[in-house]
Amino acid sequence: MDSFIQQLINGITLGGIYALIALGYTMVYGVIQLINFAHGEFFATGGYVGVICLSFFTGLGYMETHPIFCLTASFALAMMYCAYLAIGVEKIAYKPLRKESRLAALLSALGVSIFLSNGLMLTQGVYDKAYPSELFQNGFNVGIITISYLQILIVCLTAVLLVALNLLVFKTKIGMAMRATAQDKTMSALVAIGSNRIISLTFAIGAGLAAAAGIMVGLYYGSVRYDMGFLPGIKAFSAAVLGGIGNITGAMLGGLIIGMVEIFGAGYISGEYKDVFAFIILIGVLYFKPTGIMGENIDDTRV
Amino acid sequence: MIQEFKKIWKQYAITMLWLLGILWPLLGIHPDGTLSFRQTFTVWSYILAGTFICFIFYIINKSDNFKLLTEPIANTSQKLNNSLQSMPSWIWKSALLFGAVIYPIATGRYATDVAINVLLYVSLGLGLYVVVGLAGMLDLGHIAFYGVGAYTYAILNVKYGMGFWVCFPFAGLSACIAGCIVGYPTLKMRGDYLAIVTLGFGEIVRIILNNWMSLTNGPNGILGVKSIGILRPVMENGFTFEMFWVTKLELFYYFALGLAILTIIAVTRLGSSRIGRAWESIREDETAAELMGVNTFYYKLLAYAMGAIFAGFAGALFAARMRFVSPESFTFLESVMLLCMVVLGGMNSIPGIILGVIALIALPEVFRGLESYRMLVFGSTMVIMMLFRPSGLIAAKRKKMMETKQPEERG
Repeated sequence: MDSFIQQLINGITLGGIYALIALGYTMVYGVIQLINFAHGEFFATGGYVGVICLSFFTGLGYMETHPIFCLTASFALAMMYCAYLAIGVEKIAYKPLRKESRLAALLSALGVSIFLSNGLMLTQGVYDKAYPSELFQNGFNVGIITISYLQILIVCLTAVLLVALNLLVFKTKIGMAMRATAQDKTMSALVAIGSNRIISLTFAIGAGLAAAAGIMVGLYYGSVRYDMGFLPGIKAFSAAVLGGIGNITGAMLGGLIIGMVEIFGAGYISGEYKDVFAFIILIGVLYFKPTGIMGENIDDTRV
Repeated sequence: MIQEFKKIWKQYAITMLWLLGILWPLLGIHPDGTLSFRQTFTVWSYILAGTFICFIFYIINKSDNFKLLTEPIANTSQKLNNSLQSMPSWIWKSALLFGAVIYPIATGRYATDVAINVLLYVSLGLGLYVVVGLAGMLDLGHIAFYGVGAYTYAILNVKYGMGFWVCFPFAGLSACIAGCIVGYPTLKMRGDYLAIVTLGFGEIVRIILNNWMSLTNGPNGILGVKSIGILRPVMENGFTFEMFWVTKLELFYYFALGLAILTIIAVTRLGSSRIGRAWESIREDETAAELMGVNTFYYKLLAYAMGAIFAGFAGALFAARMRFVSPESFTFLESVMLLCMVVLGGMNSIPGIILGVIALIALPEVFRGLESYRMLVFGSTMVIMMLFRPSGLIAAKRKKMMETKQPEERG
């Protein structure tokens, strides 16, 4: 039982991270019906910018004196950087192909993904890059369950970001414009919503969330690697599909479920095959209920 | 000219400034708490110079200033093309074949090695062509079938001592079964979802190969796979046969060539058959195809199975050539590279795919020094091809349909 609760806590941590990445997929898919293959690379880039910023602050010596400030600044910088990256990528590689066939856009996205991960490799090196200090690694024990402060931080921060996103999408004018664009581009253009701006914004928000997830993963596992975006990207996509692609609440839920399944699968079934579970869920969902658990009706261009 | 392309220039300038902003945090912030700009500027100026030259060419090309240069080339190639077409096709075909046959004799061992790689990838790429080019389904896990074929031969050979020629059909068969297994649940989907699921399937296969220690020996791979054996007649003390192992690279080349030619013929004929037209109709518009009575599910599954079979054959040959298989050879990157070859050359044309394979296998061999930039170039090539020439280097020509006679009016 104790180990069950321990696994549950680990699962929630991992699930939160997947949920953050999945949101980017689902939002972009909702707006322009494109699987953004490069999204996993935004996540990896976020992790790298995080480690660059944190080691920079450590080098300056601020890390001992103002750790909270440094961490906040790193998160903010990484999220901004990835948003900037994503806007540019969208303008260069996706926007000209919006009218072309979906295969072309998908291949272009795949090309961007390879380009970015190899760009990271060339600028940052092939080897793992370690996060500078043992931030929040210690924790407290409840019985034999260990909860690290880092896990609490990750879960809290994830919750804050998710709530903020929900407020943005469902309570503000910008969010309304985003939902309108997702539903009908022509119609929303007629009521004076600039769809290009909304698409850029969607990419920026998605990449920002992915960057936050990237730093969390870096802190949680202690290092980042240039190709770390690939597997979490696919798993997060599975989460988005599981939740019903295009549905924000669904992506959050899906992320949590995928995270749980992975942790429990690794704990109780087989650790070696832990990466397979997400794919099996993906295939199963697409086969039996392609709309996902929260999905709306989808037209035949999607499935 | 500047006025004319003002907008493009502006876009180019903005892109380059954006790139500078992207590069600086990655190169200019150091862990010892210092900031630097020189390295960023050096890298950036290289990129600027490179892209600027391409950009100038693009502008000149756009403004038709290249006409003077390209027109004679286009004319001669047109003439050449015409004369080629007026010539019976067997002449240039046999010339090509002759060239391919004398190739290992004329060149060295290293060149033959590269050529074998090219030929194996031609079979693989044509398998993918059936799935992506003809049936229009994006497959990101094609290399998994290659892996299944290679492992089938390796396991049957090492564990059960079966020879190459017995295993060869089995390798195709098991890859075909794998294709059906992945195809059956996924073919209800279209486009994007299919791409992700095939990617997932490819990863599942790799993970299984990596972890099923008792069967595949895990990450260590299987050593000691036997090469191809052929029986050759011996005249000493009566007429007997003797087992002869193909160990020489030059001989192996001919087997790879044989497989590639077989694949080319098979795929060409498949493409122009009734099945091929059904695939193309599915690619163009699935709903319409279904309305016209094409059994879309069956044909899509068939496309998968066909593509997988060729990959499986190539895999068996690969295992026999390397005499070693390991999951390392069948990663996602290989799938992407294969897809890149197909896209680069032209998704819908067989000569295009062969050109793409040669370009992406042989060119990196020539530029060995720039090895680490290879994938970077692949990635950007894919984006650039999609932006400027989505149909590939050699675009497919639509086959002219046979003139259909108007049905006679019935009284």
